[in-house]
Amino acid sequence: MTSHGERRETSAAEIVFRGVTKRYPGRRVAAVNDLSLVVPAGEICVLVGPSGGGKTTAMKMVNRLVDVTEGDILIDGRSVRSLNAIELRRQVGYVIQHVGLFPHMSVADNIGTVPRLLGWPKARIRERVSELIELVGLDPDEHTNAYPAQLSGGQQQRVGLARAMAADPLVMLMDEPFGALDPITRERLQDEFLRLHNELRKTVIFVTHDIDEAIKMGDRIAILREGGILAQYDTPDAILANPADEFVARFVGADRSLKRLALKRLADVELLPAPNGNESHYPTVAASTTLRDALALMLEEGRRELAVVDEGGVCGLCSVEQVAALLAPEGRQQE
Amino acid sequence: MIIAAAPPVIPNYGGPPGGAHGCIAKNGTFCWEWVRGHWGDILQPRLFEHLEMTAIAVGIGFAIAFAAALLAHRKNWFETPFSTFSAFLYTIPSLALFQLLVPFTGLTMLTIEIGLVGYTLLILFRNILEGLRGVPVDVLEAARGMGLTQRQVLFRVELPLALPAVSAGIRIAVVTTISLATVAAYITPLGLGQPIFYGLQTNFTTEFVSTSALAVALAIGADALLVIGQRALTPWARARRATA
Repeated sequence: MTSHGERRETSAAEIVFRGVTKRYPGRRVAAVNDLSLVVPAGEICVLVGPSGGGKTTAMKMVNRLVDVTEGDILIDGRSVRSLNAIELRRQVGYVIQHVGLFPHMSVADNIGTVPRLLGWPKARIRERVSELIELVGLDPDEHTNAYPAQLSGGQQQRVGLARAMAADPLVMLMDEPFGALDPITRERLQDEFLRLHNELRKTVIFVTHDIDEAIKMGDRIAILREGGILAQYDTPDAILANPADEFVARFVGADRSLKRLALKRLADVELLPAPNGNESHYPTVAASTTLRDALALMLEEGRRELAVVDEGGVCGLCSVEQVAALLAPEGRQQE
Repeated sequence: MIIAAAPPVIPNYGGPPGGAHGCIAKNGTFCWEWVRGHWGDILQPRLFEHLEMTAIAVGIGFAIAFAAALLAHRKNWFETPFSTFSAFLYTIPSLALFQLLVPFTGLTMLTIEIGLVGYTLLILFRNILEGLRGVPVDVLEAARGMGLTQRQVLFRVELPLALPAVSAGIRIAVVTTISLATVAAYITPLGLGQPIFYGLQTNFTTEFVSTSALAVALAIGADALLVIGQRALTPWARARRATA
C-alpha cells in the first residue's frame, strides 16, 4: 500500500461551535439551542442524546445541509457561513446510517465520487480507490467492480466509509453509521474504524443514540437533551465518573461504574506483586482485558484475585479491592 | 398513392399481368406471393412511414412529458393539473380526437401527430415521475452531503436510477402508438393503416392480414429492441435482481 503520511498529518481541523442555534420556521422550540463546544483536531466527538435532542441537526450544520440560525461554526478557523456550501461539502466526509451508496455505480465509482467532482486525473482516482478498498478491508479483486446490491450490509458501510474518506477530507461527519448493522458486524466495524482513526487522525463528529457506542467511540461526548440543549461535554470517563445532573446520570445508566471499568484495561492498572511460585492458584487473565471483564471473571470464579499475564508471563495480581478503589472518589484523587 | 392507382377489383387485385391465379385468385387468407410482389411498393414504404410517425410521436411526447415530470418533481403542485390533463386526453376515443382536430389542422400528418403525442403523455409522464420519485432518500442525502450540485444530482443520480421506470414507460408508449397509428390512415393515407383499410374496403384478405401481421411484428420488434437497450444501459438493475 502506498503511503500518504504527510498529507494525512496535516488533514485534520479543529471544529468550533460558537453559540449555535437552529430554529425551524413554525416551531416554538429550537432544534439546537445555543450550542458551544470545541472539538480538537483529530479527535472523535460523539453527539449523543434522546431523539429530539438535535444531534443530527447539530451535525448537519457543519456541512451546511442545515443552515445555522444564530451563532457560527468554525472549521480550522473559517466560518462555514462564509464558505460555498457545495465546496465545503466536498471537503467534509459524510457517512449516514443507510449508507446511501449509488446503486447504479460500481464500488470503485462510488468511492471515486468526490475525487471526480474535484476533477482529479483518472489515474490518481484509480490509485486512491484501490488504496481505500484495501484500507477499509475489502477484497480488491472481488469488490472493486461489484455493485452495492451485491454486497452485505457491513461491506456496504465499508464502501460508505471509503467513499467519505476518498478526497482526504478535513472533517468527517458520521450519522449513526453502524446503527443498521447486526451486533457482531457493528462491533467489528467500530473496532476497525477506531484503528483507522488512530492512523489517520481525522476530526470526526459522530452521532448516535446509543450511550455504549458513544463511550466506546468518543474521545469526547456531548450529551444533548430535548430542545437541543447541551447537558454535558467531556471525556467518557469524566462523564461516567461525574454526571453533570440527574438527566445525564439517568442517560448514562445506573451501571455507569461498570461502563467506566470497560474503558480501562488491566495493563493500565498498578498491579499487586505476584507471590512467587503459587501463581497457579489464581485464574489467569490477559493484560489487555478490560477491568469490567476482569471483574466479571472474578464473580464467575468466586475469587477476589486474578493473575494478570502478558507476553512475559505473570506480571502481577489484580484484586477486587483495587477495582473498587478505582471507582471510589478518593481513589480517583489519589491517582 | 395506392388508393388512386390500384383497381378495386377482387380477386384480380395485385395479380401479375394476365389475371390473378392461385392463392390470390381464390382470395386466400394469406398469400406469400402477394406479400413478395408488393413488399417494395406497398408494405415497405408503409412500414417506414409507420415507424416515422411512431418515432416522431414518442419523441415529442417524451420531450413534453419529461419537462412536465421534472417540473412536477420539483414543484409538487404541478402533478395534479398535468396528470388530469393528460388523463383527459387519454380518454378521448382516437377517431373522435382526429376528427376534432381536422377543422384546425386539416387532413395532414400534423393532425395525426398531435393526436398520437396526446396519447403518449399520460404513460410517459407517470413513469418518468415515478422513476424520479423512486430514488431512495438515503441516496439523495448522501449525494447532497458529498457536494453534488442540484444539477449533478439530477443527471448523475436521479435520471440514471429512474431509467428502468422511464424505459418501461417508453416501451408502453411505443407499442400503443404503433397500434394507434394504424387509425391515422382514416385521416391521411400514411402508415400501415392504409393497406389495412384498403384491404378491408376491397375485401382482399391477404392485404389486411399481412399488413396487420406486419404492424404486430413491428410492435414486438420495437419492444424487444427497447428491452435490449435498457438492459445494456442498466447492468446494475440485474445485479440487484440476481442477489435479491
